[in-house]
Amino acid sequence: MAAKEFDIPKLPTYIEIPELNPGIMEGEGPFKSSDEFQNPLGFPGDKVENWKEVAIDKMGELKSKYRSVQVFLDSCVKCGACTDKCHYFLGSSDPKNMPVARQDLFRSVYRRYFTFAGKHFPKLVGAKELDDDMVDDWYNYFHQCSQCRRCSVFCPYGIDTAEISMAAREVLDTIGIGQKYCNQILGKALTVGNNLGLPEPALKDTLLDLEEEVEEDFGAPVKYPLDAKGSEILLITPSADFFAEPHIDGLIGYGKVFYQDGVTWTMSSYASEGANFGMFIGSYDVMRKAALRIRKAALDLEVSRVMVGECGHAWRVAYSFWNTLSGVGAGAQSSDAYASKLQNQLDHRYPQPQHIIEYTYDLIQRGKLNFDKSENDDRTVTFHDSCNVARATNMGGIEGGQFILPREVIKAVCNNYIDMERSTIKESTFCCGGGGGLLTDDLMEIRVKGAMPRMQALKQVEKNEGVNTLAAICAICKSQFTKVLPKFDFDPYMIVSVHQLVSSAIILDKPQTEAEDAEIAEEAETE
Amino acid sequence: MSTISIIFTALFYISLLVFIVGMGRKIYQFWITPAPLKIPTAPTPLTQSGVVFRMIREVTLFESLFRSNKWIWLFGFLFHFGLLLILVRHLRYFIPGDLPEVFLLIQPFKYAAFAMIIGLGGLLARRIFVSRIRYISAPSDYLMLLMLIVIGVSGVIMTFTDNHTDVMAVKAFASGLVIFDWANLPTDINFLIHLFLVFVLLSIFPISKLLHVPGVFFSPTRNQVDNARKKRHISPWALKQEKDNAIKLEQTLGKDN
Repeated sequence: MAAKEFDIPKLPTYIEIPELNPGIMEGEGPFKSSDEFQNPLGFPGDKVENWKEVAIDKMGELKSKYRSVQVFLDSCVKCGACTDKCHYFLGSSDPKNMPVARQDLFRSVYRRYFTFAGKHFPKLVGAKELDDDMVDDWYNYFHQCSQCRRCSVFCPYGIDTAEISMAAREVLDTIGIGQKYCNQILGKALTVGNNLGLPEPALKDTLLDLEEEVEEDFGAPVKYPLDAKGSEILLITPSADFFAEPHIDGLIGYGKVFYQDGVTWTMSSYASEGANFGMFIGSYDVMRKAALRIRKAALDLEVSRVMVGECGHAWRVAYSFWNTLSGVGAGAQSSDAYASKLQNQLDHRYPQPQHIIEYTYDLIQRGKLNFDKSENDDRTVTFHDSCNVARATNMGGIEGGQFILPREVIKAVCNNYIDMERSTIKESTFCCGGGGGLLTDDLMEIRVKGAMPRMQALKQVEKNEGVNTLAAICAICKSQFTKVLPKFDFDPYMIVSVHQLVSSAIILDKPQTEAEDAEIAEEAETE
Repeated sequence: MSTISIIFTALFYISLLVFIVGMGRKIYQFWITPAPLKIPTAPTPLTQSGVVFRMIREVTLFESLFRSNKWIWLFGFLFHFGLLLILVRHLRYFIPGDLPEVFLLIQPFKYAAFAMIIGLGGLLARRIFVSRIRYISAPSDYLMLLMLIVIGVSGVIMTFTDNHTDVMAVKAFASGLVIFDWANLPTDINFLIHLFLVFVLLSIFPISKLLHVPGVFFSPTRNQVDNARKKRHISPWALKQEKDNAIKLEQTLGKDN
């Protein structure tokens, strides 16, 4: 299927709420999964015969397992507060991309099958049958949601479309309608250990090459260790960091910071992925299965600290869910043998898990890193708050720390920093447009349209403040921006990792040269 | 007692029963449904007292709505706050005998009726004229507003125009409902409509979007403390699954470690 032609949205001076264009984003949705990718995750590969029954049962199960689903389905008053908050609506003008309308695809079916009013007066309360058309709409429009949670910030009841979107995708998977992109990737993550399917030998080669390159470029023996048992820190980072631009420059930066701190660290070939796509498909089981690899790696490698690289969804799962899913965290009760086993091994002078930004920030605060900020003087930087970091996590244990720490790290290594417009950053940040399992070429139209609000805010600071660098701490954001920036007349290379900026400015301790070594040896002899 | 008084007396108890039982069941359902994951939404409090403070701001000031849309906030706030004052003022009818002096102070709360009606009118106008909100509205969304407007307007007619109802009789009827000493109610049409719609509203509370009232307190994005790293949070079903070693995926992806 060739990519559909579509118009790239124009960037206005101010974001305008578009006129409704019903059906403009109608379609078949992303490529569907098949047996090959569905079965390993425990899902059927084709739409099952009694799909309607199975779907309704699954809905009932989900609403009894997730308070969020039950409460959110019941509580919406259709006030309209969220209707202009979704970047996909602002960029596409399809009313089914308004958060409440997207939820209503699911809620109307809930009402029909689970509520008194919907069973007896469906027309009155907008309850609808679950039929083929509805399932098609679910598949299409729940894959036009990046689960960025912006709507939840603005809802008077905190209703989070991401929760509904995850539930809908899980129902779809259960009846055999899965998304190829997510489920294929999950297969690789759960068997090989990372989303790219890089096996241990390939990973090892890549990291050795990287070590050589870095030593050549910067003159210091910075190491990128793999499976080094007994290291202090286990770094879990998105696999994009291992090879793609601009991600790998971030990985180079992490290595330099570790090197300067003099700490022992390692990555794991078994758990070589930070991003957990189990969250995107809404499956607790699959998400847990993926998270368990990190637990096993931490136990096997006998590390005392678990750290996470620059990855938005990884950090959400790590920060908010790991302790629940796999015990990577603190505060397990003594009766909780499962979590205690790992937690007793971890060093609780540090937060567990810790974000690489928290680590670097802490070193900066303690004066352990020196920078030559002028190395970044050709840049005027702005920071894109990645949605899942911004709205679902914290850093540094202070309120709003997830907004403060990355900016402080950037300001410590760059002289020129400018924020984008307040209503488009921090907790109100606009998603890059590619999150939540949408980072696939078959969804390019919605990705470009959904990027419009972020691009608009960026265009303003580019015009008014001369911003030429967009820094982010999420692999999806980085990949998405690389693709969509040129469509809005930006330089695709303006997107960088925060640790790429760190990497450029950090002053590394050079090892002594042979001559110096000889001198020291001589001195030792004469004594 | 007149037939109509008997009917309205019965309707009162029936709708109250439906309300109490329905809400009780619904709140129980919200209560027992676990929240398996930590999902608070920023700006997130890091302490329990922070969460309490956030919730208080949310239900008294509609903080998130204010951030979201000033018009909806204004109309929503006028309506809810007006309704609250009016409900307080209505207590006078249900308390048997002489009223405590404090009721003199809340006498002016009757003007809150106008705030309520203006708020409701604004919300209805937005529902009709803003295409985004019209798109998401079902017939019941309009009906709910219309019902509340009629309740408000009939109350205003009785309070501020010459169509006063016999408030002494109203008090005898209402306080009689409380102490089971039933009395006839005034039968002018404004009052009957007013009362009937209140009963309808009570009855549909547990099966409609009015569930946002208990719902907001149970919303995990608003009522959770952001302390996932410090304290292990696990739901009963997830704990059971952990002990059973996620059997479902064992055949395809291997045993848990």
